[in-house]
Amino acid sequence: MNWLWSNLDLVGELMLTHLALSVPAIILSFVISVPIGWIAHRYRWSRGVLLSLCGLLYAIPSLALLIALPIVTGQRTTSPINLVIALTLYGIAVIVRTAADAFDAVEPDVRQSATAIGYSAAGRFWGVELPLAGPVLLSGLRVVIVSTVSLATIGAVIGVQSLGSLFTDGLQRGIQAEIITGIVATMVLAIGLDWASVAIGRMLMPWWRPSAAERRRTLDRVERVDAA
Amino acid sequence: MIEFRGVTKQFPDGTVAVAGVDIVVPPRKTTVFVGSSGSGKTTLLRMINRMVDPTAGQVLIDGTDVATLEPVGLRRGIGYVMQNSGLLPHRKVIDNVATVPLLRGEKKAVAHARALELLDTVGLDRSLADKYPSQLSGGQQQRVGVARGLAVDPNILLMDEPFGAVDPIVRAELQQELLRLQGELGKTVVFVTHDIDEAFLLGDQVVIMQHGGQISQAASPAEILANPADDFVADFVGANRGKRALHLTEVDGRRIVVDDDGRPAGVLAS
Repeated sequence: MNWLWSNLDLVGELMLTHLALSVPAIILSFVISVPIGWIAHRYRWSRGVLLSLCGLLYAIPSLALLIALPIVTGQRTTSPINLVIALTLYGIAVIVRTAADAFDAVEPDVRQSATAIGYSAAGRFWGVELPLAGPVLLSGLRVVIVSTVSLATIGAVIGVQSLGSLFTDGLQRGIQAEIITGIVATMVLAIGLDWASVAIGRMLMPWWRPSAAERRRTLDRVERVDAA
Repeated sequence: MIEFRGVTKQFPDGTVAVAGVDIVVPPRKTTVFVGSSGSGKTTLLRMINRMVDPTAGQVLIDGTDVATLEPVGLRRGIGYVMQNSGLLPHRKVIDNVATVPLLRGEKKAVAHARALELLDTVGLDRSLADKYPSQLSGGQQQRVGVARGLAVDPNILLMDEPFGAVDPIVRAELQQELLRLQGELGKTVVFVTHDIDEAFLLGDQVVIMQHGGQISQAASPAEILANPADDFVADFVGANRGKRALHLTEVDGRRIVVDDDGRPAGVLAS
């Protein structure tokens, strides 16, 4: 505990850095996955290929990706941009199938009725399909939040500052309290972002009453990703 | 007036949903397409607002081939009510009713004021305006669906088995409500159902469809009962089962109408 009190500044600073790495990656992977998921939903033939390709991203070893990315991006190895790109790729792998499921879950009756009363294709996407896919998209987003915040710690290994730096530093200097602080701070950050996402979801979807079944589905997804 | 001219619909897998249909839907009357599933009745209905395009033939509204009209604009000008209400679950009742006027670019205040009036028209309390569809009963949702169909005051109202999913008591109520509304508004209503009693109750013209998308008979309910075109029609309307062959019998000095099996159908009004 003593270590934590004397290093509060450092932990606070690293939490902010960690946020600055994870939040852009979370948002990017969400924004990129939604259209991919929609295409996979809309064009059946593309589904297998798209979902498998995106899923395969997760099979790339993270350390190898972090070392290889600078060659592609031309950035320094220690540049946070590489880490954000890597986290985005993993985020896409995690959420894209859920995004496709989210659009599948929109009742065909509702979609058809929207068409029948005169929604254009674009109007229907923004006004009907996307909002109604919202609850399942949110459940996918929550998994990405947790996995990205946790994965962002790996940056420390290649010299990108994050809460993971507390692990590497604590390990080198043999300070156990530092390592434990890193773990707890990472979890606090993940839980905080998760709550924030649910709060925003409720605000944007006042009609949404999360059912027990939906809560169970979210848990299932977390477990599946953990198992992988 | 809506006119079907030699209309055929064959789906890519070879199924013929509608086969060479010629029929005129008169204005300001209710025409009911009735038949069992697979008779093409819903396909016919959906051709009117181009949800389905025919593979041969033409559908004309007041002499204009709908194939020449832009589908989205066409649909915004035609009321549509479907089974299970088809309401948007993420929008409040009032927004659901105002959907099409808003899509047509009407001001929100105007559209909402009109939506509230429409709730009165279909017999719903205005306090429901701020509820979400899932908070309403099936019958109430269906009424909201009708209100939405009427929102742009269309000449044509398409109703695709609108009362199919509600319980019999509510259905009877909604049917009477529709008769009342139609008496007041005089829309060109095209109604699809598989229930022959509903067809006879609501239809000025009843179009009986048989499997494979052909019309067996199109006439007023009275004409169909008096003169079924063939055995299929006679069977479908129940004439062969004695359901429609009513006669009189006297019980306690009152004249009771019974069917062929002796089941009472009503009392003869004196």
